[in-house]
Amino acid sequence: MKLVDLQTIAENEVDFQRSYKHRINVCSSSGCILFGALKILKAFKDAVKEFGLEKECKVARTGCIGTCSVGPAVLIEPGDYLYQNVSTEKVREIVRDHIVLGLPIKEMLYKNESFFKKQKRLVLKNAGKIDPHRIQDYIAMGGYSALVKCLATMTPQGVICEVTSSGLRGRGGAGFPTGQKWSLVARAHSSPKYIVANLDEGDPGVFANRTLAEADPHAILEGMLIAAYAIGAEKGYLYIRAEYPLAIQTLQKAIAQARSMSLLGDSILETPFKFNVELRLGAGAFIAGEETAILASIEGKRAMPKPRPPYPATYGLWGKPTLIQNVETLANIPMIVLNGGLWFSKTGTTECTGTKCFSLTGNINNPGLIEVSMGTTLREVVFDIGGGVQNERNFKAVLVGGPSGGCLPEALLDQPIDYESLKSVGAIMGSGGIVVLDDGSCMVDTAKFFTEFCVEESCGKCTPCRAGLARVKEIFEAITKGSARLEDITTLEKVSAYIMDASLCGLGQTAPNPVITTLRYFKNEYLQHITEKTCQAGKCFKKEEGEQKQ
Amino acid sequence: MVNLKIDGIEVEVPKDTMILKAAKDNRIDIPTLCNLEGLISYGGCRLCLVEISGSSKLFPACTTPVSPGMEITTNSNKLKEYRKMTIQLLLSERTHICSVCVANDHCELQSLANQLGVDHTIFERNWTKEEIDSTHDFLVIDRNRCILCTRCIRVCDEIEGVHTLDLRLRGKDAQIIMDMDNQWINSCSCTSCRKCSNVCPVGAIYIEGEPVSHTKKKDIVEFIKTRRNRK
Repeated sequence: MKLVDLQTIAENEVDFQRSYKHRINVCSSSGCILFGALKILKAFKDAVKEFGLEKECKVARTGCIGTCSVGPAVLIEPGDYLYQNVSTEKVREIVRDHIVLGLPIKEMLYKNESFFKKQKRLVLKNAGKIDPHRIQDYIAMGGYSALVKCLATMTPQGVICEVTSSGLRGRGGAGFPTGQKWSLVARAHSSPKYIVANLDEGDPGVFANRTLAEADPHAILEGMLIAAYAIGAEKGYLYIRAEYPLAIQTLQKAIAQARSMSLLGDSILETPFKFNVELRLGAGAFIAGEETAILASIEGKRAMPKPRPPYPATYGLWGKPTLIQNVETLANIPMIVLNGGLWFSKTGTTECTGTKCFSLTGNINNPGLIEVSMGTTLREVVFDIGGGVQNERNFKAVLVGGPSGGCLPEALLDQPIDYESLKSVGAIMGSGGIVVLDDGSCMVDTAKFFTEFCVEESCGKCTPCRAGLARVKEIFEAITKGSARLEDITTLEKVSAYIMDASLCGLGQTAPNPVITTLRYFKNEYLQHITEKTCQAGKCFKKEEGEQKQ
Repeated sequence: MVNLKIDGIEVEVPKDTMILKAAKDNRIDIPTLCNLEGLISYGGCRLCLVEISGSSKLFPACTTPVSPGMEITTNSNKLKEYRKMTIQLLLSERTHICSVCVANDHCELQSLANQLGVDHTIFERNWTKEEIDSTHDFLVIDRNRCILCTRCIRVCDEIEGVHTLDLRLRGKDAQIIMDMDNQWINSCSCTSCRKCSNVCPVGAIYIEGEPVSHTKKKDIVEFIKTRRNRK
């Protein structure tokens, strides 16, 4: 296939899609599939056949629409009518009323307008709109035209300049400037060079990367291709958790399709540029998402982090310069190349450009997958997009950044979302998890839960993380059982600071965040647990089953 | 050559030297435990952490190379506190009872505790019941004494070249294993070279019936060093 062919495919596909009057998008992401989305998809196909609308109405499976709480969700275009909690019984009714009679069923439509209003969907622009299993759908939306632009009109240096001027920062959590990382790898002398796309999203309650891969796999591949062109890499690894079967299947299909259209392989679009992608499945360790541990895992070794320097940019996979990027970062790249870095930098804040995807979960009315501009406040996310706390309870805290994030109280809700501002209050951007807690949750119990997670997931290499976190967990057990003393709070503070400073990798360096922030903002709860031996939320001091029997 | 300052002392060392070696060559002592000259540095024990002016982070001296103009502090109060904390954590992590340990008086953990002034631990002691493997003809591993420094794994892999030893499980549950978690006697790759027992800083791997003071020979460590250098 040549560069010009892509244009033809896009035009044909657009024409083909325009020949349909209606398009019924059935969300078939992992969440909705659990609710029975595949049955719904079949039911829609049957109903469309029954009414003889096959030529007017296209039924397509798509990726996540975002409103995970009301799945299975179905989006009918034109007009973006979003049907919630669709069941197989209702499908016929929807097709009859909406498509045949032209009367959308109001009672079944998703009502929380604010859920979409405050979002800015750039990375997720195709999510829920295209069929992730068809490369033509992606091409019709302008997909791979950024790659064409790079190959036809830009030098690798030019691509890096564009990415640098966009101000894009790594979405994996640390926020390192992407353009700077690329030029480091591009300047490294040794060859071959590698690209690693990180899709090892292991945090409890976080599913932003998974959903992206399930909804728009080609955006990730195109980002990888452009990055490869810019830094001069010929081989890329896409490291994905084995626990994400649908995302794996989607990516495998996407890679095969891209290969068959010579968008991957030895002479991409008949130019001398070559690049191949290999999927690597993780073996179930949270730590494998760490920058150096992921390299060890790809090399076939135990996923353990290594001290830096040397940095992967100069000494990565098999000692060669390696660019490691989170998949969300890569999915940002095509639009930066197409529209220019300056255009991109207009979204977000001056320090933090662009958007960020979050998985919004917890005791909240509209949980789901969201994408907001950098600089949006937590209050907007929780109360406008999230629709406030569930069951008319009161807001207590929001945990930002996954298991090693910080628990922030209401007073800090006006904190804008960007790397520095979150860090200043003890939270982190992390992998993009926002968990909302209502007044029925115990902050001591919450900190204990996340510490337990980190104890389980510590690799065991360095003393602070391995032995320190285990001791922190024991102190929490004592507090929640009533055997702790006041001095234990000082010990907690001391050990947490030590673990943060002395640990080898990001896991240990951020693991005490929930402990430190709950101690900072909810200290009275700790005191209550220790001195009065009461837990207002009623989560702690429960006797274990064995004890009760005695 | 690179010029830098360690604890206020001007030193000059060859390029790419690690901070630990630069300090040692200039008679500045930085405590270490997982590090052993001649083996690839691991950076796990975190005892050799130092401060570098201009950065709020701490850096392990064993794996951080020097750079020109660096100003390094090796013994600030914070570092001293942290080192004590590390030793306390190691002592409370598994079952460390000096009086009944083969390595008593020849134990690097014990002597570091003495040297750094650790007289108690603020943590509850953990009395572990990890497996002891004494099936080998003369080598014994008592995993309750292991501090997971992985010197044994590295010496087995890098010097003896057989890689009998490795880790299984993770975090606090991590264990040294032989081959695919076989009993030692069933290990088909172990050459019984005793290097693991010789490099063990504590009494986790030792030779049955012989006190560590007899078996731990300095010349084995010298051997490791020279083997590495020759390469």
